[in-house]
Parts: sequence; C-alpha cells; structure tokens
Amino acid sequence: MDFNYTEEQLALQDTLRRFYTRDYPFEHRRALAKSADGFDRSAWKAFADFGILALPFDEEFGGLNGKAVDAMLVMEMLGRGLALEPYVPTVVLCGGLIRDAGSAAQKAELLPAIAGGELMLALAHYEAGARYQLDQVATTATVSGAGWQLDGAKAVVLGAPAADRLIVSARDGKGISLFLVDAKAPGVSLRAYPTQDGARAADIKLSGVQVGAAALIGTAGGGLAVIERAIDYANAALCAEAVGIMSALNEVTLEYLKTRKQFGVPIGKFQALQHRMADMVIATEQARSMATLAAVRVDSADAAERSRAVAAARAYIGAQARLVGQQAVQLHGGMGVVDELNVGHYFKRLTMIGLSFGDADYHLGRFSDTLLAA
Amino acid sequence: MDLNFTAEEQSFREEVRNFLRARLPAEISRKVLGGKRLAKDDFVRWQKILHSQGWGASGWPAAFGGTGWNAVQQHIFDEECADAGAPMQLPFGLKMVAPVIVAFGNPAQQQRFLPRIIDGTDWWCQGYSEPGSGSDLASLKMRAQLVKSGDGDHYVVNGQKTWTTLGQHADWIFCLVRTSTEGRQQEGISFLLIDMKTPGITVRPIIMLDGEHEINEVWFEEVRVPAENLIGEENKGWTYAKFLLGHERTGIAGVGRSKRELKKLKEIATKETAAGRPLIEDQRFRDRIALVELELMALEITNLRVISAEGDKKRAPGPEASILKVKGSEIQQMLTELKMQALGHYALPWLDEGLDADWDGDAAMPAYADHAPPLSGQYFNVRKTTIYGGSNEIQKNIISQMILGL
Repeated sequence: MDFNYTEEQLALQDTLRRFYTRDYPFEHRRALAKSADGFDRSAWKAFADFGILALPFDEEFGGLNGKAVDAMLVMEMLGRGLALEPYVPTVVLCGGLIRDAGSAAQKAELLPAIAGGELMLALAHYEAGARYQLDQVATTATVSGAGWQLDGAKAVVLGAPAADRLIVSARDGKGISLFLVDAKAPGVSLRAYPTQDGARAADIKLSGVQVGAAALIGTAGGGLAVIERAIDYANAALCAEAVGIMSALNEVTLEYLKTRKQFGVPIGKFQALQHRMADMVIATEQARSMATLAAVRVDSADAAERSRAVAAARAYIGAQARLVGQQAVQLHGGMGVVDELNVGHYFKRLTMIGLSFGDADYHLGRFSDTLLAA
Repeated sequence: MDLNFTAEEQSFREEVRNFLRARLPAEISRKVLGGKRLAKDDFVRWQKILHSQGWGASGWPAAFGGTGWNAVQQHIFDEECADAGAPMQLPFGLKMVAPVIVAFGNPAQQQRFLPRIIDGTDWWCQGYSEPGSGSDLASLKMRAQLVKSGDGDHYVVNGQKTWTTLGQHADWIFCLVRTSTEGRQQEGISFLLIDMKTPGITVRPIIMLDGEHEINEVWFEEVRVPAENLIGEENKGWTYAKFLLGHERTGIAGVGRSKRELKKLKEIATKETAAGRPLIEDQRFRDRIALVELELMALEITNLRVISAEGDKKRAPGPEASILKVKGSEIQQMLTELKMQALGHYALPWLDEGLDADWDGDAAMPAYADHAPPLSGQYFNVRKTTIYGGSNEIQKNIISQMILGL
C-alpha cells in the first residue's frame, strides 16, 4: 500500500501549480471565458510541453505511458486552476478511446498529434432524451459505398467548438459503432455555446455525413463497451478535478473566515461556521479517498470492478462536492454570489461536474444495482 | 500510489486468519456475530488466548510484551478479528491506561501493571467523566488530597465518576483527579490509578436504552490511594490524558466491525421480504444500503491513508483522528438504524431472552427471525458512539480550532 506520489509525479504537480499561479491567474481565466475560443491556446501549448497531453498514450506514439493515477494528479491541478481547456474531451475521452480501440494506423496518426497539441477532439455520443444512459443512441450509420452515411443529432458535446475531429457514435445493423468525423465535413453543423462554467460545448446535427471505411474505430457494433470504458475514465478524471476544486474552496473559505470581521471578531470565531468548515474538510478528505479509489480501479481489466468503483466515487463525491460548493458560497456571504470572486466560479464548475457524464443519482443507481448481483 | 497490500502483508493476514480459525472459540464468535450478550469471561478468555499466542497487545512495544506490529499489521489484525467474530479487546487497559504507563509511568509501575493487563488478569475501567464534566472534561472536580504519613504517603479521594463502561467487572480504575484548584483548571489535574477493592468505592449500575447494564457511576468516599499510584508528576495529568487523544489512530474508525455489520445488513435485507420479494430488491431500501456502503468505502481508504502515513514522524498532527471518529461513529449508527428498519414490524418486540446465547427463536412467533432480537437494542445502544470519546461536536471543535486555527 502506498498513497504517495513519486518524485516525478510531484515534480509535474509542482509544474502545474506554478503554471496556474503565474500564467493563469483568475482574472486571466475570467477574460478567457468571455473570449471567442473560450480557452487559452498558449496554455494548450504549455500542456504539450509539460507532457500532459501525451500522458495516457504508449511511448511508441509519443506518449508517456501514464496511468489513471497520473491523470488524477493532473486533473486535481486543472481543477485548482479552473482550467477552461478541453483536456477531458480531447485527451481523456477521445485520446483514451483511440488508445483502447483504435487501429494501429489510427493510433499512429492521431495520438502523436494529440500529444503534440496539434489535434483537438470531442466525443459526440449523448443525445437529447437519452439523459445519461450510454446505450441510447438513435443516430444511424448506414452503409454508403465503401463507407458509411451518418444521420442524427448529438447533445451538449463538450469541447466540440474547438475540436478538429469528432468521434461520433451511431447505430448500424450490428449495434453501436464509433466513427471519426471531420468537424468541418459537409453535413456536420454545430450550434455552439458557452456552458455555465465558462467552457464550450455544442449541439451537433449530422445530415447525410459521408465517412470512409477507415473512419470506423474498433469493430462495427462494438462501440458500447469502448464508450463505457472511456466514460469511466472521464468520470475518474472528474472525481479528481472535483477534489482539486474542493481543496481550493476550503483554502479560500478558511482564509475568509479568518479575515472577514463581523461583530468585532473574525467570523471564524463563531461555532456555527467552525463546524460547517469542519464538515467541509471531512467531506473533502473522504472525497479524496474515493477519487483515489476510482483512479486506481479504473485501470482494472475487470470491467465490473472498474465501473463499480467509478460509480461509487462519482455518487459519493457528487454529494460531498455539493456540500462543499454550497457551503463555501454560504460562508462567503454576499461575496459568494458575485461574479468577480473565484469562489462562485469554483462552485459553478463543481456543480457542472456534478451534471456531466451522469449525476449522483445516476451513479448511485449503478452502484446500488451491483448489490443485487452480490 | 498502490492500494494493494504487499505479499508479506497478505501472508500475515493469512496467518491471522488461520489462528482465528483454530483458536477463536465457536461459542464466543456465535455470540458476537449474533449480537448476543457477552459475559465478562468471554472477554477474559479471549484475551488469555491472544496472550498465549503472543498477540495480547498488538499496539504495545515489543519490550513490554507487545507484538511490535506496525500500523498496517494492526489494522489487518483488527479487520480479521472483527470479521471472524472475535470479541473486541476492551480498550481501557490495553489501549488507554497502558500507553500512559509505558510513556509516563516509572519502571516499578510498568512491571506491576502491564503484565497483568496483557494476560487478562486485571480488568480496567476509565474514570474520566463526572456528572458535571462531560465534554468540558477539564472542569472535573473529584478531589485527591495528598496526606503525608508514617505508614506511607497517600491520596484521599472524594467525588464521583460516571459513564464508567463495564466498571462492574473492574479490578482497577484510572482516574483524572483534581489535586489543585489554582491556575488554569487543566493545570490542577493528576492521573491516579485506583484499586477498585479499596474501601469507600461504590459502583452503581446505569441501565441504557437497550436495557443492558453496560455503564456505571462510581462513588469515592474517603478512599485512600497510595501515593505510588500516581502516574508521572502531580498536576500534569491533563498532558497525559491529551497524549492519549492523538495516540490511538488505528482502530478508531471501526472499519473492520462496520464491514462485518454491512455484510450482516445485506444478509438481513436478502432474508426479509416485502410482498414476497427480498427487501433488497426494493430500490428505496437498497439505495440506503448503498449510501452507507459508499461512506464506508471512503472511510476505509481514509483509514488506510492515515495508517500508511503512521510511520512518518515529521508529519504535523492532522485532523485524521477526528475525521475517523466522526465518520466511523456515524456509519455505525447508520448501519444499526438500517438493520432495525429492515425488520419492519418485528423491530418492535422486546424479548430480553433474545440476547441469551442459547435462544434460538420462539415457536409461538415464527416470523420473529433469529437475527431480530438484538437489532433494535443495538440501534438504541449505538446512539452512544457520537457522544462518547469526545462527542462529534467536540471533534469538530478540534478540527476547526486546533487544526484549522479558527
């Protein structure tokens, strides 16, 4: 048993911490959220230099052969820094998916480009009305010449506005399949928008989109298991991001309790607030334990073990994050609900994490149902 | 980052398991697993068996007969003991007074008391709380006045202790007593060991909500205690008591026991039926089990994080012990509540004989399953866990004031 990071991991953590303190202060981030791209392209370049875009890939494709625990460390820092860059869509979701299911040619083409920061991707999977159920795909893939024609609509595709390519799930005769689609291909239209937390997403329409035979990722009809795995990775990553945010919120809230004075004393002298703060610290430590569990188990070859741990972590952290986020705002009083302070933005990101790739109820249901199998 | 136990740790676990299989008396584990009433002799007998194996005191240094195990090994041992249904080793002697005697007692005290604790000869109880001093422990009033005399100096003790767990069986009590009323109240407290057979001591039972005699009040009237029974220096008792607070981290969370009880809860929810279907198929109930399991999964990892950091002496005192106490006690309460709730109507009957080891159901009440009798009582009894050992509110004071500096 070992809960320590290696020297190498600590050095990476340090690099990212320095980056966010020096090059990505909150005011910068606030301006970025309102900019056209909605993120910092020079930060993306820096990510490439740090190696974090190459993290989950094999060395043979320019990767660092990192594990989910490395991703945990990175995501915790991205959480603290309130990163707007589409790291999860490009690297964790799509990168992970290509790593796990892509052909040798696809890996050779795509992974080094992701690692180098030259290629951004988004996973166009969820559809309106399907909520979080991963097997609900109405988009169709019909055979067309040597390739396929894709028709359908995808909902709230995170990172889509910046993506060069999309990975689209569609139903063919055999089941759910995955296709690589150029974001600018004829028949692809995006309705792009900012999300509540300042990131970017889009609803996507696919009308008679033609893709070649080489666009298929994995086997025809074999897409669901691949998506489930990729989404588990994304969820483990979001757990770590949430923990990073919760830790940051605890720090700023503690500082506020020590400095803000009312009735002639720092408000942290009041026991009602002290106990709230203690609850937040407890929730964060417990959440950290669950994020660790998810990171370690998501690499498991046993799909049931992997999913169970991730569902458990998301369900548990969902509740803890809600507590920490809401109480951080409450303890900041009026300052908690204004746009100019980072507290509210941490809270918004935490809240949106709670609604992405399944909410706490959804994951509780997944976990709870495993009790029947036992 | 690695959540797996090492090969040595795994084989240690196997060794503990084999030992438990061979040496834990079945009639005792049946009682523990069935929630039946345990007798004094059950605890003593198990302690003697452990001692004969050299495992009487898993947390003591080897020099005093302890196992010398590290925190991970102690954790594995606790977990396996809980799972097998071994009686809990009562903490008052082994984990509370002994570490104080080891750290602050003189060699004569160490030789006199420690061997009799580890071999199960002496039963100890704790004399901290008083009727007027609960969470505000330092306000305690029980007086101990030093009297110099030709036949040996001694303290004369007058006052009352309360909530004394299993004091009715005790041979000795360790007490915080007031030896001075000057200065801060913490500075007038001393740590005194008192033979329960001393004239002037009266033990009166306090019956808890489950109807059981588990706790007591202990009265002291002109009790003469030899001065050699003082631990360390006079008026330094508060320091020794505080030393204990942060000393015991492993075990405080009760993860092993809660894992066992979660297993039991699932068994009950599988056996009990609602409209002919196992209760566990009721999603509303199942989700509540799931929520407790999530808490316990998180606590298990938090506990392991604390344990694996135990060797690191440079580490500043953190909020760990308080977190483990708060979460561990809450989980115990959630589990007992759900086990009770699982019984439906049959949570209502109160049959005392149901706690007897040989009671195996009632022909007149076939639906009153054999697992039912202890469960409501356990729920009422276990409300104590968020109150004792520094209430959970006190733990949050510790986190916010001592750790966070508020």
